[in-house]
Amino acid sequence: MSDAALLSLTIFTPTIFAVLLMAFDKKAEEGMRVFALIGTVVTFLLSLMMWGRFDMANAGYQMSVNADWIPTWNIGYTLGVDGISLPLVLLTGLVCMLACVASWSIKEKIRGYLILFLMLETGMMGVFLSLDFFLFYVFWEVMLLPMYFLIGVWGGPRREYAAMKFFLYTLVGSVLMLIAMLMFYFDSSQITGGKGVFSLIELSKIAQQGGFNQNMQLIAFILLFIGFAIKIPSFPFHTWLPDAHVEAPTPISMILAGVLLKMGGYGIIRVAMPLCPWAAQYASWFLVALGVFSILYGAFAAMAQTDFKRLVAYSSVSHMGYVLVGLAVWKINESGKTVNPDLWLMGMQGAMYQMLAHGISSAGMFFMVGVIYDRVHHRDLNKFGGLMQKMPWYSGVAVGIFFAGLGLPGLCGFIGEAFVVLSMWNFSPVLAILAASGVILTAGYILWTIQRVFFGPEYKGPHGEDITDMNGRESSVAVSLLALAIVFGIMPSIMLDVMNPTTEALTKSLSTGYSNSGGSQPAAVPAPQVSLTK
Amino acid sequence: MSANTLISDLFPELSRSVQIFVPELILSATIVLLLLSRILGFDKKIPPCWTAIIGSLLAFMAVFAQFMYLKNGGRFHTDFVRILFEVLQLSGDGVGLVGQPYFSGLLMHDEFGTFFRLGLLLFLVLVITLTVLTGIPDNEDGPDFYVLLCGSTLGMLLAVGTNNLLMLFVAVEMMSVPSYVMVGFLKGRKLSSEAALKYVVYGAGTAGVMLYGISLIAGLLGSGTIPEMGDRFAFLMGTKAFSLASGETITLVLGIIMVLVGLAFKLSLVPFHFWAPDAFEGASAEVGGFLSVGSKAAAFALMVRFVLGFDGQVPVLQSLSTFLGIGLGVMAVISMTFGNLAAYTQTNMKRLLAYSTIAHAGYMLLAVSALLVTLNAPGDSKLNPAEEALHCVEGLTYYLAVYLFMNLVAFAVVALVRNETFSEEIASYKGLFSGGPAVKVLCVCLGFSLFSLVGMPPFGGFFAKWLIFMAAFKAGSVHWVMWVFVGIGGLNTAFSLYYYLRVLKTIFMDPPPTDRPPVEAPALVGWYVALISIPLVILGASPLQDDLSRTAQWVASSLFR
Repeated sequence: MSDAALLSLTIFTPTIFAVLLMAFDKKAEEGMRVFALIGTVVTFLLSLMMWGRFDMANAGYQMSVNADWIPTWNIGYTLGVDGISLPLVLLTGLVCMLACVASWSIKEKIRGYLILFLMLETGMMGVFLSLDFFLFYVFWEVMLLPMYFLIGVWGGPRREYAAMKFFLYTLVGSVLMLIAMLMFYFDSSQITGGKGVFSLIELSKIAQQGGFNQNMQLIAFILLFIGFAIKIPSFPFHTWLPDAHVEAPTPISMILAGVLLKMGGYGIIRVAMPLCPWAAQYASWFLVALGVFSILYGAFAAMAQTDFKRLVAYSSVSHMGYVLVGLAVWKINESGKTVNPDLWLMGMQGAMYQMLAHGISSAGMFFMVGVIYDRVHHRDLNKFGGLMQKMPWYSGVAVGIFFAGLGLPGLCGFIGEAFVVLSMWNFSPVLAILAASGVILTAGYILWTIQRVFFGPEYKGPHGEDITDMNGRESSVAVSLLALAIVFGIMPSIMLDVMNPTTEALTKSLSTGYSNSGGSQPAAVPAPQVSLTK
Repeated sequence: MSANTLISDLFPELSRSVQIFVPELILSATIVLLLLSRILGFDKKIPPCWTAIIGSLLAFMAVFAQFMYLKNGGRFHTDFVRILFEVLQLSGDGVGLVGQPYFSGLLMHDEFGTFFRLGLLLFLVLVITLTVLTGIPDNEDGPDFYVLLCGSTLGMLLAVGTNNLLMLFVAVEMMSVPSYVMVGFLKGRKLSSEAALKYVVYGAGTAGVMLYGISLIAGLLGSGTIPEMGDRFAFLMGTKAFSLASGETITLVLGIIMVLVGLAFKLSLVPFHFWAPDAFEGASAEVGGFLSVGSKAAAFALMVRFVLGFDGQVPVLQSLSTFLGIGLGVMAVISMTFGNLAAYTQTNMKRLLAYSTIAHAGYMLLAVSALLVTLNAPGDSKLNPAEEALHCVEGLTYYLAVYLFMNLVAFAVVALVRNETFSEEIASYKGLFSGGPAVKVLCVCLGFSLFSLVGMPPFGGFFAKWLIFMAAFKAGSVHWVMWVFVGIGGLNTAFSLYYYLRVLKTIFMDPPPTDRPPVEAPALVGWYVALISIPLVILGASPLQDDLSRTAQWVASSLFR
């Protein structure tokens, strides 16, 4: 299979399966489920194949696809994968596959559900693989439509409100991103003297050579950052998240937490920072402070929840704060040189790793909440307790996954958090201490939750008689996630090796971009002339 | 001397004019045939809808042949076009001569006009098909209804080729008068008659204002030929600067504004929109769909031609252009904001769509505004005005092409659902998705259309909106206020999502009422709606959108020769 076919198939296999689902008989629900599962498995295998072909020593884009889409506007069907996107592609394939297994709990309108589910996967894969800003935007939005219906039709009691809120928040972010896209297209057309540029590769080259002036970078960065911060979600744009998570059905919560939130981080690292290096540095203090605030805020908010799912949702806000911090710990000295670039690189890798780890642990946590919700039909933490006696197998695995979320050494959550906090010390010791105290708070609420849910006298709450331990299907999802959490905890190098060359190249090119955009000089400096060789 | 040579000596361009005019002549013949059918009584044997469909299809074929001939650079690309040319007695000399007026300077023949005629006739065919499927009008009223429909379309065809102020007035009236009757066509419905009366009174008022404006312009400039207006005004002003204090300028500006009032009425732009919600609610959904797309497309083509009449490289014209451009931009953002906000509280689907068309007129007007601002950018700006102006018209054309399908789908679904549930209230759509397979198709297609109206990829509405925002954004480098307009436009896009989603929520998420049996619809209507929804996806997520974008650029370029 050619590279172009591999990447395109990874994106569009789910769509093909979604279309074929139409051919099934209305009654053949089990068949449709299995068929959709095959679709996600095939997609995951394709993404593994991509990993197999991936050259880890190469920092640039690999397996690139360059085809015209709308040549009149210089819009291309440009795909490619590098050390930043590959781990996320793998994560998407994995989480979607497991979420599809978890979808057996969906009982009604199964065909519509599966079609939308597969469309969603197409959108997510497309976002991670596209290297054209326009294409990126299209996939970004394509993902919204199925999500709206998945929450709105199959969700909990307040699903309509939650779905609308999710859609409106994200669309506002998208519109801001759209305006930023217009700015880049327009400015690049001034620079190239012809058509504007949509290719993220070309745009970041221009930015690296200092082609975008400082004011423009700043405005564009603000617009892009708000758009992505809504997705991450970072305080103060996070309020859609608890609602969406609480109302979404379990598999969709897994995808929301496991993949969708990563798009915010990915957008910052792929679009916002490379295109606005100067502004990213200029805003670094703000970003780090915002990230730290999100960590603390999310942890405190999680502590105050009585709804199990809401608690996990706020823990996502807290954990994703580390991603923002890790990306932004970019310190410069008076002359505009990056101080300790290795530590910044470490922060960035920590952020990337945190995205992966959180993708596994949060998907696992949401799944575990879903399992118990299916049995007792409530999520009130105050009514739980003593599940350990009733469902020892479930409780054991769940505690393991929650520990991964906590960041226990030896499990996946630890690596990312440790990297980020260590790199922060270089940036600002005060903020580093605050962020580290976030780790303690996390330990606090997760241990407290474990105590309230699993320990104590035997469960006597509602539907206590219905409790059975996990069945084989549920165990397979939970155990795979736990196994991965352990593997990523003890062998971080499998993913760090993939990321390392690309992130290193990225920090270097951002530093160059910063000094070429005028460095620490005030904004009045005219942008240097840029010549593009294409 | 034979009569033929006498005519050709007296009117040397008559042969070319008639050739270009063939589609309109076919449509006129259809109208006459429909009228005669009532008198001669053959409407009982041949249903009038078939006469109308065949007539409009023939007219469409004729303009298709012209368009394809021009598109392939004066060659016959396929035998089909060659045969059409032979059958219709067209010739390359006649049709191929573009950029020259015909019928003694009253109408203009160029790619832009031909493209719009093509779109309008396609739209006519689709609307007639829809009326056949919905059964409005019945066989009894058929001839009358189709006469009005074709008559109104004839007016639109004239409007898109207008080259003279007189023609402008005639065309606008010709497309308006039949539409007044069509709005009141549902006899015996109070709402319908009220709507028609409101529409007529408004229409008459604005027509009067427009006519007064035309007389001011023509009186001041001594000519009604639109492309000459700019030169004449520049000549009149000499070296004087543009200032609203001078008599000539104020007269001209007043005249232009009055003409624009007449067009704004057709476009239902705030503050001339009051008729729209009532007329759309009172009229049947088929008529609503026809008015919302057809008259808008024609009026926008007309507006572009009119404002481009004042194009010129002299400072006084440049100031006039910027002044008008920003004025229209203000009107555009007010229209989109008002339309979107007013749509929030609507409970009737047709009223909601009426407000949505007001908002969309606003988005499209933004393109005209950007056109005027960029066109006369001062020499030191970074833009290449000629090229950017092209993109503005390209955006508008693309938007109208997508808008044709997305609004038609929305109104068609409203009409077809009304046939099954006898209601157009949004509340009656509850749980509609639980109906039969054809109803499911209708629901999904309505979803496509509404998402396209919001401007979500992968539907055509997104790329169209993007083109317009891009044009306006570039115009921002000439005058910063355009950036503000783009920002407001972007926010409006996000706001508008809410009310469109409310409809979809009702359809897909609300449980169906228990006292209603599952809604069923004939399979044929499902196929029809699915067919007209396909372009929404094609124009938003396929390489074909490059073709349309290129075509739109090409037709736009014919305006700037």
